[in-house]
Amino acid sequence: MQISFDNFGSERVFYLKDEHEHAEGGSTMLGFWIYLMSDCLLFAILFATYGVLSTNYAAGPAPKDLFDLWTVALNTTMLLLSSITYGFAMLSADEGKQRSTQFWLIVTALFGLAFVGIELREFAHMIHDGATPQRSAFLSSFFALVSTHGLHVSFGIVWIVTSMVQVRMHGLIPANKRRLMCLSLFWHFLDIVWIGVFTFVYLMGMLR
Amino acid sequence: MLTQSSLYKLIFGRLTLDAFPIHEPILVGTFLVVAVGGIAIVGAITYFRLWNYLWREWFTSVDHKRIGVMYLVLGVVMLLRGFADAFMMRMQQAVAFGASQGYLPAHHYDQIFTAHGVIMIFFVAMPLVTGLMNYLVPLQIGARDVSFPFLNNFSFWMTVGGAVLVMMSLFVGEFARTGWLAYPPLSGIDYSPDVGMDYYIWGLQIAGVGTTLSGINLIATIVKLRAPGMTMMRMPVFTWTALCTNILIVATFPVLAVTLALLTLDRYVGTNFFTTGLGGNPMMYVNLIWIWGHPEVYILVLPAFGVYSEITPTFCGKRLFGYTSMVYATVCITIMSYLVWLHHFFTMGSGASVNSFFGITTMMISIPTGAKIFNWLFTMYRGRIRFELPMMWVVAFMLTFVIGGMTGVMLAIPPADFVLHNSLFLVAHFHNVIIGGVVFGMFAGINFWFPKAFGFKLDPFWGKVSFWCWVSGFWFAFTPLYVMGFMGVTRRLRHFDDPSLHIWTIIAAFGAILIFIGIVAFLVQIFVSFLRRKELCDSTGDPWNCRSLEWSTSSPPPPYNFAFTPVVHDRDAWWDMKTHGYVRPLEGFKPIHMPKNTGTGFILSALSVVCGFAMIWYIWWLAALSFIAVLVVAIGHTFNYHRDHYVPADDVVRTEDARTHLLASGA
Repeated sequence: MQISFDNFGSERVFYLKDEHEHAEGGSTMLGFWIYLMSDCLLFAILFATYGVLSTNYAAGPAPKDLFDLWTVALNTTMLLLSSITYGFAMLSADEGKQRSTQFWLIVTALFGLAFVGIELREFAHMIHDGATPQRSAFLSSFFALVSTHGLHVSFGIVWIVTSMVQVRMHGLIPANKRRLMCLSLFWHFLDIVWIGVFTFVYLMGMLR
Repeated sequence: MLTQSSLYKLIFGRLTLDAFPIHEPILVGTFLVVAVGGIAIVGAITYFRLWNYLWREWFTSVDHKRIGVMYLVLGVVMLLRGFADAFMMRMQQAVAFGASQGYLPAHHYDQIFTAHGVIMIFFVAMPLVTGLMNYLVPLQIGARDVSFPFLNNFSFWMTVGGAVLVMMSLFVGEFARTGWLAYPPLSGIDYSPDVGMDYYIWGLQIAGVGTTLSGINLIATIVKLRAPGMTMMRMPVFTWTALCTNILIVATFPVLAVTLALLTLDRYVGTNFFTTGLGGNPMMYVNLIWIWGHPEVYILVLPAFGVYSEITPTFCGKRLFGYTSMVYATVCITIMSYLVWLHHFFTMGSGASVNSFFGITTMMISIPTGAKIFNWLFTMYRGRIRFELPMMWVVAFMLTFVIGGMTGVMLAIPPADFVLHNSLFLVAHFHNVIIGGVVFGMFAGINFWFPKAFGFKLDPFWGKVSFWCWVSGFWFAFTPLYVMGFMGVTRRLRHFDDPSLHIWTIIAAFGAILIFIGIVAFLVQIFVSFLRRKELCDSTGDPWNCRSLEWSTSSPPPPYNFAFTPVVHDRDAWWDMKTHGYVRPLEGFKPIHMPKNTGTGFILSALSVVCGFAMIWYIWWLAALSFIAVLVVAIGHTFNYHRDHYVPADDVVRTEDARTHLLASGA
């Protein structure tokens, strides 16, 4: 309904006779976006900590001794591909194609799993070589930053599986589409954070 | 083969019978008092068969008003604990001179000043502020609830969870002995190997989750759920300050979470973020914690400024002077609060340029604050001032807070700070702004909005007793600290050698006694008001001739707040309605869409407390189990798609008719 807000009209309307419905979940995207910004700040602090401590090797290994750019490149590819496939899942969801949505969600989760797997393998190598989180402040901040990202990805995978079950149970109803959209924001956000990690930790580390 | 002791360790971690302080008479006494009180309360609830009611109507409630009231109750209960700590410190300092060592051993005293700071900030000031925001924001913007009602309930219970862990440390183990911000290396595993620091970490971490989520919730509410016609520049100033405060919460609490998490890693895993060896940097911690810590003080004081901005125009019978400048001042403070953190440690040695920058930004932040003070003064100017309790608190605030602000500017001068750093002058300064600004604001707000929440006014006589005791008690307690600070006495001292200082600590102890009477009088005020609720009844919903929307509905408001969504044409929407011939609608009611109650928030918080407790005592199996349980319950909750219901139109008609009768009988 139309409401006139001007103060010069003959009579003011002080309340809505007909209920104007707030669309269900109308605040969800904004709320989730604000949450993502708080998460972004969390990573910002981890980046800052890494920035301050990243040269404190304490006579231990430095990035050049530890990082293998080919592994990291492979890992980055996995995560970037998973973002594309999540995009495909969202396109299918928009078209109301449930099966193809589910397919792309599975593909995304598998790429995510590959990413986490490669990262864990990298960590295992480093720890095996004595480059443990306890060895130096550089390594402490490296492990904190990278594994916080990895934990986020792992949580995202759990979320993808949960969403798939829910889509299977209820179909692509508005509530489920909203959830998939939130998860989409989350997943792409992790991609952006990883580009920061890749640049500042790995590439710049190798340049030192 | 497992030996018996290693099996014991596997099951109970480092929790042994020694953890229970049965040989410390003060703690045993406290425990007995708490136990007797607790049994009395539990017994009373059982006797009056209130458990079911409490669970169904309060603990599981997603109604922002009920959650707001529960936050306020938490704040007041924890105020008693926090004040008991303060009182013990004042008494210790009043007697521990020369040969006398006082009655508190150092080990205990250090826990008390740490617990006092932590509890007063996190579990008194924060719940009081969040409670008021929760209660008022939806009502002031003409909404029926917050954006995410379940999240709101969950946030509240997480805050309670943190408080429970901190209280638990009193009787199981001990609390941190590090001061309220727990600087490493003292808070590291080498110097604090016991559970005290871990209680600190997990208590704050769990409560912090709640605070962050409640911040997100209230921002979304203010941005999305305003009634038609309520533009940003028509929002009540309290809602503006709530918006800025919640932006600050979301922009700072993640910093606290990370800082504490890194300290946790140092303590549990042996990493080197804040250690003194292997490249660690303890000053990193100090920077990070104050990047959260300084905005935190503005998180507390901005809503108090909002309270004053609501009360002053009401009791002066005028519009607020300089609404626009008030809003801009609030926004300026919000931004600038981020640019001053280093003034907490000018003595770190970051050099003249850095110190000058932070000294100047700190002085600049007093400009918008000063503008606010002038706006309130000009609102009073030529107003018809009614000196009722809320207004009395406002005047006391202005007189007290201005002094605190000025000593703050003194501390902002780096060379002066080198002399005053860590002295009692600093202690006096921040109590001056937090008590004078935040606590007075909360009492003003409670006295002002109590009739809205409960339908009867608070008794003015006992309120005045509480007021005069608090205000004079504050000055008696903290003026001596300014004096001693100037003489170079440092903070957190348990014992004094110089007898010439004795007179000052005795005066300060007298002040603490006055404040104690003030707190008791406040409790008596609530009790007496409850007994006299018929006489003090507010049948109109608008007992003080107020100006903003929350007073347009009944006292207490119905669960759905407004039977019809209000339409706003001006600032001071309710005043506008009253002066432009608003007639309360009596028919045409429709069913109202509302969220359903849920116990999930309570369960998640309880599991989090178990998880925190297990981490504190190194009971790894329990920690893992309860963490998994948290995940399962949280994911399980997302499978619930039926979270709302309709209040039938008949119920609305019944509620509104009852109000029509009440209005007729009151008139």
